[in-house]
Amino acid sequence: MKPSRQQVLTLLLPALVAVFALAAWCWIHLALPENDRFLLPPPDAVWAALIQYRAELARASLNTAQGAVFGFLLAAVISALCAIAMGVSRLVRISFYPYLMVLQMTPIIVFAPMLVLWVGPGLWSVSIITFLICFFPLVTNTTQGLISPDSAHVELFRMYRASRLQELRYLRIPAALPYFFTGLKIAATIAPIGALVGDYTAGSSAGGGGLGFQTLIYSSQARYPALLATAAVTCALGFLLVAMVVGLSWLTLHRWHDSYERKDV
Amino acid sequence: MPETAIVEFNDVSKRFGEGPDILQGVSFKVAPGEFVSIIGGSGSGKSTLLRLVAGLSPISSGTLKVSGQSPESSTVERACVFQDPTLLPWARVAANVELPLRLRHAPPTERNVSGKRALELVGLADRADAYPRQLSGGQRMRVSLARALTLSPRILLLDEPFGALDEMTRERLNEELMGIRRLQGWSALFVTHSVPEAVFLADRVIVLGGSPARVAADIRVTLSDKRDADTRLTPEFGAAVATVTQALRRSGGGA
Repeated sequence: MKPSRQQVLTLLLPALVAVFALAAWCWIHLALPENDRFLLPPPDAVWAALIQYRAELARASLNTAQGAVFGFLLAAVISALCAIAMGVSRLVRISFYPYLMVLQMTPIIVFAPMLVLWVGPGLWSVSIITFLICFFPLVTNTTQGLISPDSAHVELFRMYRASRLQELRYLRIPAALPYFFTGLKIAATIAPIGALVGDYTAGSSAGGGGLGFQTLIYSSQARYPALLATAAVTCALGFLLVAMVVGLSWLTLHRWHDSYERKDV
Repeated sequence: MPETAIVEFNDVSKRFGEGPDILQGVSFKVAPGEFVSIIGGSGSGKSTLLRLVAGLSPISSGTLKVSGQSPESSTVERACVFQDPTLLPWARVAANVELPLRLRHAPPTERNVSGKRALELVGLADRADAYPRQLSGGQRMRVSLARALTLSPRILLLDEPFGALDEMTRERLNEELMGIRRLQGWSALFVTHSVPEAVFLADRVIVLGGSPARVAADIRVTLSDKRDADTRLTPEFGAAVATVTQALRRSGGGA
């Protein structure tokens, strides 16, 4: 099958941007006075660091990934339950919504050291910090989805004397799925950051240091190429999570949701 | 009328909250099996009238009986078809049609049988596995109609069901609706803006007019029961359309 123009463009254009970005990066590096060049290591130095420290980065990634995935899943499940409570009852929604925002606005950095005291360093505190950072976009999106059905559909269900539970099961939850996946995509991009912040403050994740811990070491030793390599690995982790969510979203929605309609451009 | 009316409005008024009356002193009856079109200008309370019969909204004064009971407590099966097909986009056509039965906890075999029968009636048996977005506007409306038919209603409440469709599709669906009614014999209250549509389908056309709306005219349509596309070409049909159009003009509504 011949790829369409659209498909070619969606691959080609980002690749082109990458080339330009790398070129700009190199140019800035070279434009700096020679004594300052250490401030922005060039791409090849980062690549070299990635190879050199691959063993400890891989181990750290695995640890951080554990916390990220665990916290992410925890947030997905708990936010769904909270959203259902808020979607079903306007009173619950009005009562708790302001505090959800407070939860999101509280700087994790402030909260993290106390969390470590409460649950101890390790996988649990990293997961909880990830959970905290993922929870808000998930719960707000899903709640929005649950209240999204228009009055005509709601009336249809009332007309057929559907119970509240049936309305939830056959109308509100399916209608909320696209919103839930939007929340899930946002959460997936920030989950690794949450986990990284988690093991930056909580010391170590499951069975040793995570990427946050490596960040701490590399920055204290001014190993900037390794630091950037850590950032790259964190991004890769995010991409991996997002890719899984996008796949899951496609499996669930592509047959009926308009956003997956083939666009013949 | 020897039989008990299936719907009986007696001096019914309706207002929302402290607002002015939308409907005032509305009285008419619908006999079992009778098809009544309701026509009137925009905002003449036609849709409100249907919602009262459906039990979705309470009357403000007067009495309204559905087979001798209040609309809220009546067990007479009523089904609504709206201008928007209100299908569930995530459910296949078959699941959409079976929804009312699913909500009644009907066993799967009964759901399948009734659903299939309803889809055959509207000529969409071969699209049972499609999703709503794969259908045309007319097909979606047919699915919506099939969904209303699965519960074997005794009254069908239709609120401008074909209003958003093109003329050709609308006329064909009108003919099909007539055919299904002949098979099943339900009563219908059919709200529309179109005089020819109102006349073509109905035994009686009720014209709502004025503000607040009252029954401005109640016109019996004396066309044969076997109506088809050719009926629209007969002088009798033209005369009936003219009568209703005049009544609509006198009521101050319509075009």
